Amino acid sequence: MTELPQWGLSLGAPTPGASFSDLLESLGLAPEWKVPASPTRELHAPEGTTVLASRYRDGVIIGGDRQATEGHLIAHRRIRKVYPSDRMSAVAVAGTAGLALEMVRLFSVELEHYEKIEGSMLSLEGKANFLARLVRAQLPLAFQGLAVVPLFAGYDRRADLGRVYTFDVVGGRYEEHDYGAAGSGAVQARAYLRTAWRPQMSEDQIIERVMGALVAAADVDVATGGPDLRRGILPNLVVIDRGGVREISDDRLTEVATTSMREGR
Amino acid sequence: MNPGFYVTPEQLVRDRAEFARKGIARGRSILAMEYEKGVLMLAENPGGSLHKISEVYDRIAFAGVGRYNEFETLRKAGIRQADVMGYLYSRDDVTALGLATAFSQTLGVIFSHETKPFEVELLICELGENGQPNQMLQISYDGTLLEGRGVVAIGGKADILGEGLRERFRDGLELDAALRLGMKVFAETERRPLDGWEAAVLERGPARRCFRRLAGPELERASAQALSS
Repeated sequence: MTELPQWGLSLGAPTPGASFSDLLESLGLAPEWKVPASPTRELHAPEGTTVLASRYRDGVIIGGDRQATEGHLIAHRRIRKVYPSDRMSAVAVAGTAGLALEMVRLFSVELEHYEKIEGSMLSLEGKANFLARLVRAQLPLAFQGLAVVPLFAGYDRRADLGRVYTFDVVGGRYEEHDYGAAGSGAVQARAYLRTAWRPQMSEDQIIERVMGALVAAADVDVATGGPDLRRGILPNLVVIDRGGVREISDDRLTEVATTSMREGR
Repeated sequence: MNPGFYVTPEQLVRDRAEFARKGIARGRSILAMEYEKGVLMLAENPGGSLHKISEVYDRIAFAGVGRYNEFETLRKAGIRQADVMGYLYSRDDVTALGLATAFSQTLGVIFSHETKPFEVELLICELGENGQPNQMLQISYDGTLLEGRGVVAIGGKADILGEGLRERFRDGLELDAALRLGMKVFAETERRPLDGWEAAVLERGPARRCFRRLAGPELERASAQALSS
């Protein structure tokens, strides 16, 4: 293709052509995952706390609390950490909130861009691998205490089952057989699920257990915000089954949270 | 350098336009019409994998007739432009008019600067939000941009198709009825057995992405009803 004058669309594609982040990079618009080395003061930015994901009979569930903290202070009470990334998958994030949310936005556009350009969705594993690449790109920031650790869950249409992926700060990607958690309350959430989790649970059962795990995490970890019925703040829970991504309604969450908190007493 | 023969600009434009029109006339046409819940786009397409209609953004769809590789290049460039704009600013800042203008400029430049013009015609549809009307923008090989209402057809037989459709079209058709009407007009225009359909809608609903392809059984049912009556 010959060079066109400045006006109009650019018809050439950056290689390999279907990647949105490569496109941004070729335009010089990619987000910078860097801060100047050794700043004089340590950086403090709001951090998200507990997120978790689990498999169940019909697919996967992924959820998180709503709080972001900055040191000993609560920075935001109603932050959202669980996002559907496309029709068949969702991502949840723990760690530096500002970076995490940008990462989610880039990830979602990447999946949609690929789908539109290629006419078909990326495989679930392809999506997880791409997310791992985004995490790894943030490694320089992680060394300065600004780490982001996502969780990824989705329905694998080829294998006809739900899958959960956890990540570490260097971009390691691990598929979990049962459940995974990330963030400051992750240890408590996992401890709760270790005894409460059973294979082949129904949707009602898994919603109850995941809510229980979030309540347990909030009980011990000061940074995690439990369900706050007085203010009407409830965790976000998203289930993904053969039919796609579905958000659990506030009414249902209120009901489950009320029971969970009564039992936790 | 050999100065070559002098060709008047009028002659040059006429030749190029004729060349492009001939190329487009060889391909099959596409029509779009508004219905109760949005916009329906319908094409005759024998295969299932080479799409002529596709999603560009949340409420925007693209259709192209003519040379496949040329409108496919434009389609991808449009998606890139839309996704970059939406990522840098907001998803609300991506509009059909902005995209159509970019397509129109690109085609205009190609028409006058390149060795051969693109043999394509494009249609960009946008679903209106909050009571705003839907938009149907038609862009021809030389960059001419036209806005349609209710019914739009592009391609070699656009005039006959559009005319046939406008006679029987009314506002607020249900999807099934709109689909049957479109297929019927196609059949009457072509006067030959039709081999396969491609159809998609931009549909008002709770989902952010309004584009939906109409799949096999839905199309076959409509087709059987339309062609038998």
